[in-house]
Amino acid sequence: MKILSIENISLSFGGLNVLSDVSFDVNKGEIFAIIGPNGAGKTSILNIISGFYGPEKGKVFFNGKDLSHIHADKRAALGMGRTFQNIALYHGMSVLDNIKLGAHTHLKTGLMSGLWYWGKAHKEEMELRKKIEKDIIDFLEIESIRKQPVSSLAYGLQKRVELARALAMRPKVLLMDEPVAGMNAEETEDMARFILDIKEEYNITIVLIEHDMKMIMDISDRVLVLNFGRALTHGTPKEVQKHPEVIAAYLGQKKAETMEKG
Amino acid sequence: MHIGDFKETYSSDQAVFINATSRFWLGVLFAVLFLFPFVAGDYLLFMANLAGITIIGAVGLNILTGFTGLISLGHAAFIGVGGYTAAILSTRFDLPFLLCLPLSGLMAAFFGIIVGGPSLRLKGLYLCIATLAAQLILEFVFVHWESLTGGIRGMNISPPQIFGYVLDNDFKFYFVTLVMVILCVTFARNLFRTRVGRAFIAIRDRDISAELMGINLLQYKTYAFALSSFMAGISGCLWVNFLKTVTPEHFPLMESVRYLAMVIVGGMGSILGSILGAIFMTIVPELISTFLGFLVNIFPTAMSFLFPLQQVIFGLLIVIFLVFEPHGLAEIWRRIKNYFHLWPFEH
Ligand SMILES: Nc1ncnc2c1ncn2[C@@H]1O[C@H](COP(=O)(O)OP(=O)(O)OP(=O)(O)O)[C@@H](O)[C@H]1O
Ligand SMILES: [Mg+2]
Repeated sequence: MKILSIENISLSFGGLNVLSDVSFDVNKGEIFAIIGPNGAGKTSILNIISGFYGPEKGKVFFNGKDLSHIHADKRAALGMGRTFQNIALYHGMSVLDNIKLGAHTHLKTGLMSGLWYWGKAHKEEMELRKKIEKDIIDFLEIESIRKQPVSSLAYGLQKRVELARALAMRPKVLLMDEPVAGMNAEETEDMARFILDIKEEYNITIVLIEHDMKMIMDISDRVLVLNFGRALTHGTPKEVQKHPEVIAAYLGQKKAETMEKG
Repeated sequence: MHIGDFKETYSSDQAVFINATSRFWLGVLFAVLFLFPFVAGDYLLFMANLAGITIIGAVGLNILTGFTGLISLGHAAFIGVGGYTAAILSTRFDLPFLLCLPLSGLMAAFFGIIVGGPSLRLKGLYLCIATLAAQLILEFVFVHWESLTGGIRGMNISPPQIFGYVLDNDFKFYFVTLVMVILCVTFARNLFRTRVGRAFIAIRDRDISAELMGINLLQYKTYAFALSSFMAGISGCLWVNFLKTVTPEHFPLMESVRYLAMVIVGGMGSILGSILGAIFMTIVPELISTFLGFLVNIFPTAMSFLFPLQQVIFGLLIVIFLVFEPHGLAEIWRRIKNYFHLWPFEH
């Protein structure tokens, strides 16, 4: 059953065609990877799904619902979680508050009850804290840093906190933009394990952009290959790996790199 | 798994005033604030009222600028709206002080939303210019809508009453100011323990990711404008009732700039910073002029030279502070506190 359908999406920035007629479906409960060389348009696709970019043509369907007229903040409430290629944490807040912010759409406290705090708002905060501790902080093993300001954390940990914040959104689909970029082997392995656990334990569908081929081949159910804004092919990791155009696109890039290096 | 009495632990973990030490010092602070007017002279009482009223305005501006990242050059005008509302309601409609107070806040909040609304799509410098325009327009209205505001000469009002009790001196007024400061500060602190306050900070730090996390930017920026100008309005109402007069001179552009300076010197995005900044900006110019007055006594001939020096020294002090502690007085205070850690309950 498909949870997300991207239909004939095109996008351009001032004459530059970033995406041309891209279509694909994401099935419920799978890990769907998007790969492709730098500048292929991977992040742009996530931005269209999140509602940050509006496509020139084409539509995004989420659980069968056309999202064309649904604003970005409402999409979060529908169940779209997101992590970013360039970490987008809130540096003025602690790890805990960053994670709590992810739960924004699930909370009710308004301006007045927030100012008053005692009673309803307090109760809601305590319940949220309890839930986050149990479902997210324990799960991602970040107990020891929860009080720290995020700016003091190492890069790998910041990525993990971003994942924690996305989980607090209680998403149905989690869009992850290069979750292991810049991580060492051990951190990458941890992250891959978390992603698999999220899929299996929380039944969250994951759309993943990555350059780390080993991880893609290990954990994803299906892969879409983008090149210059076009969908080259999609299929299981094995199928994609054998596809001649993919080999050409990737080997072409590799060859060019090796030739440059001489 | 360490699930036990979660509720208890997190509740105390997240309390505003966490441990016995802070509670002790808070008690001391309240006692001092309460006893202060009984020992303070007229001059100190006057200054304390002024500082308190300024604190409320500064907390308001910090919510908008420090916490939500929306720079405003119109804060003094919103304080003015509150002040004029209070004066008009009490002179023309004979409304009691306790009713004027929230109404002044609401009127200022209303203007804040009107000004903020269209400017919410603007950011940074553009927003700054839009609020500057609001400041100038409101100032113009204060001066020229004479039938309503009394023009340049302004309006005089009679001393406020609370249930028939006349607040006709600074001593009595002090307690009103104190209660209002405590309320504003407490409510502001409360807010930043909830989703609304977190949303403000998220908008300041990264508005795009805030939106993708489900925050309606327009709604929360409007909240920030409304709340900020509500507090400005309260501050304006107190100001007018304290001085028993209102004129356009009280709310010039320079006053808006002074409030911004207060928030920056005190600490952006810190409630405590707003308090310290307001006190600093109220008290220090007085200290400087006292000091210069003292010098003039010794060197009478230097008078013409020393007098203008007042502004220069004050400006220099601000610059020095910002160079050495860009995070403001609140950060300096935090360091002092860490130094004395848990005294007097250390183990
Ligand atoms: N807001 C924007 N304005 C102008 N051009 C943009 C914008 N966003 C993306 N682009 C352009 O679109 C193209 C695709 O960018 P995108 O970020 O989607 O690539 P990507 O596949 O994520 O690349 P990478 O692997 O480097 O992250 C690039 O040429 C980029 O410069
Ligand atoms: Mg990218």
